[in-house]
Formats: sequence, C-alpha cells, structure tokens
Amino acid sequence: MRLNADRDRCVGAGACASTVPAVFEQDEEEGLVRLVTDRPESALVGVVRRAVSMCPAQAIRVSSE
Amino acid sequence: MTEMAIQETAAEYPAFPMQRADPLGPPELYAELREREPISRIRMSVTGQEAWLVTRYDHYRELIRDPRVSADMYADNYPRQIPVPLELLRSVPRTIFHLDAPDHTVHRRLLTPEFTYRRIEGMRERTQQIADEYVDRLLEKGGPVDLMAELSLPMPSQAMCELLGIPPADRHIYHEWITLLIGTDTTPEQHAQAEITVVGHLEKLIAQKTEHPEDDLLSRLIARNNEEKLVSDRDVLNLARSLIAGSHETSANMITLSVLALLRNPEQLALLKADPSLDASAADEMLRYFSVSDAGTSRVVLEDIELGDVVLRKGEGVVASILAANHDPEVFTDPGRIDITRSPNNHVAFGTGIHQCIGHLVVKMQLGIVLGTLFRRIPDLRLAIDLDDVKFKNAAIRGVEALPVTW
Repeated sequence: MRLNADRDRCVGAGACASTVPAVFEQDEEEGLVRLVTDRPESALVGVVRRAVSMCPAQAIRVSSE
Repeated sequence: MTEMAIQETAAEYPAFPMQRADPLGPPELYAELREREPISRIRMSVTGQEAWLVTRYDHYRELIRDPRVSADMYADNYPRQIPVPLELLRSVPRTIFHLDAPDHTVHRRLLTPEFTYRRIEGMRERTQQIADEYVDRLLEKGGPVDLMAELSLPMPSQAMCELLGIPPADRHIYHEWITLLIGTDTTPEQHAQAEITVVGHLEKLIAQKTEHPEDDLLSRLIARNNEEKLVSDRDVLNLARSLIAGSHETSANMITLSVLALLRNPEQLALLKADPSLDASAADEMLRYFSVSDAGTSRVVLEDIELGDVVLRKGEGVVASILAANHDPEVFTDPGRIDITRSPNNHVAFGTGIHQCIGHLVVKMQLGIVLGTLFRRIPDLRLAIDLDDVKFKNAAIRGVEALPVTW
C-alpha cells in the first residue's frame, strides 16, 4: 500500500491523525495532513483504509504499488 | 404570499422535522422512507419550503462530499428551520457554515492549526479538571439538580470560552444569544437585538486582543490573519461567533441525552463503569445514535445531480439527514440498539465534506470525559422524574429542556 496526501484538499479535520497517528499527522503551522510514512506496515492496512474512507475531504489517495 | 403558495402545493409531503413515537430514537418514518423511497420529498414545517430528504448513508456521503452542492443558507430554497425572514438573515454576513469553496477554504484554514489532533490531546488534562469541578459542585449541591443547567450547558461553554479567551464575567452574553438563536419562538426583534449585543462584545474583545495578545485562540486567530490579511476583521469576528454558536447547544444536548440513554440502558452503563476506557467509544456511539444536528447538512443544488434513482435539479433544497444516515442498517448493525462497544463506528454525526465540524475531536473527548467522570464519581446517579415527564425539543438541535437527576 502506498499513500499520497493532498494538502490542497485537506480541511484539517484530523480524522486520519486521530485514527492512525503512526501514519498520519498534522503540521503545527497549518494543521494540515502530513504523512509520517507513505508505506504503512501491513498490520496497519485495515485501519489506514478506514481512516482514508473517513477523510471528509477525500484528501488521501491509496495506490497498490 | 410566496411562502403560503408553497405551503399549499407541498401540503401532501411529510413535515420536517418529523414526529417520533420514541423520543430517544429517530422518527419512525425514516426507516420506512429509506426502504421505500430513500430520496423523498418533505416540507419544512417552519418555513413551508419543499425539499428533498436523503435517508441512506451511502447517498449521504456521496452528496455531502459533492462540490455541486452549496451550503449557502441565503439561497431561496436552502431548507431552513428558523422563523426569521430571509431578508433579515441576509443582513448578516454568511458565517463559515454557509460559505462554499474557495471562500470557505480561506476561513477554515485560519482555524485548522487550532484543532489538530495533537493540540486537542493537549487539552485533555484541563478538560478533565473542568469536568471534575462541575461534578464537585453537583456533589456539594446535592440532588435533585437539573443536569442541563448545572453541567451540560455551562461545562462545554466554559471550555469554549477558555479556549477563545472570553472573560468569565462575560460568558452569559453568549449563552443568552445562543438560546435565542436556536429557539423556534424567537421574534425577529429579539434575534436582531441579541446579534447586536454579541457583535458589540466581540468587537471590543478583538480590539483588546489585537492590542494585547494573550495565549488564547482568539489572539492567535487575529495574529494569524494579520500576517497576510486574508479575511476582514469582521470575518474574524464571525469565525469566533461561529465557534461559539456551533458548539454550545450541540455539546450540551449530547451530554444530557447521553446520560439519559445510559440511565435507560443499565447494561451499557454497567459496561462503562466496569471499563472506563470505553468512554471514547461510548461517546461515538451516543453521537451516532442521537445525531442531534440532524439537518445540519442541509444544502442547495448548484447543478443537476444524479443521486440514486433521482435527479436533484439545480436550485432545489436538500436535507441530507445525519440521523437517518447514522441509523442505516446497511452500515450499522441493529442501528436502534445503543452499543457503546460498537466498532467500527464510522458515523457522520459531524457531517462530512469540507464543512465537517472542525471541533469534532474536542466534542468527542469532552463527551467521553464527562460521561466517564460523572458515573465514576456519582455511580448512583438516576433520573429524578419519570421519562414520560422529560420535555424534548424538536428544534433544529434535538435535545431536552431540562433533566432533573438525583443520587
């Protein structure tokens, strides 16, 4: 699983960072999404998919490579 | 004249908000409509406007995330639940709730640094302290007390005022304003007068904090805006006003209704008492179950949109029901059952799309802490009146007038 976060779309809701803080965070200056890693370990794939689905602004893309 | 004409043609549509047989549960018609006609027609009971009602979770998310819907409350067909004439509403600038992108984005970004997950986690300790102070006072006072007046209303209000930097002596101004703002029997004159008072107070406060910044949200918001002057001073005022308006009644009703629900479901309350770490998931379940801001995601259609089997036409109003989406059995097994261990619980109590409640993590944290603290410190808490005597409000925000409790 590979992740891509679009800070232009992000609305800073923090759904991702609060669900999987090991993978997503928000920077202090703007409060927008930042990836801790773009390749989450396989154990986290399920919860990452849930976080992606709950992003209100659909700012996180998942690809399979 | 126009509104009377609308009322007549739409007389056959169900009136919104709809009646409920069980005052805690959703209107019974939601389940029937979701099954039979998931996107149906309604008539707004306050204004007589016709609108669409969306009752399925998947439709809800699809529609509210679609950039072809607008949150502009001043559009003619935006479904409204307040009796204030549109002309009067329009005399006040749109708040962030009712702006569309790209204007919305500019306003939202002034607030996003204040509501990050990390920053909110940093408020946990203080939130716990405030909750303890309120429970101390309940215990000092002794039952019976009105939980709404003694805890649910003042506690989140204090937390928000502390966050913003509103002095304790002035907090009542905002309380009175909100009560009028959401009341269904508020006169236009009362509405206008309350607006003037609040705006006057905020103007003074903003001037003070511009001159002498303190360590609070409002001071940082002013400083952040002054770096690039992204929005006007009046917009800054409106942002502060929106934070208060958006948090006050919603949080208060969530606390009261959750306490009521736990008292009515002793097996769920026993689970929470046995395992206090369930407080966060209990908060989520209560938020899902009650969805107090049911019509909070009302919209108006900007371009024809195909949704399910219907086409929503440009200019039409839509109530995408949060409560109905959160009780969709396709997503939530046995949705009418309160299960504080429900997982996953991907509810949309805070909406979705660009307008999703910016304070949702604060609300969840606060609600979890209040419920955990209240039942840990007053384990014998119980209703002081019969459930039948609890007065529910069928206003824009679902709630109760008062909740007498004792122990």
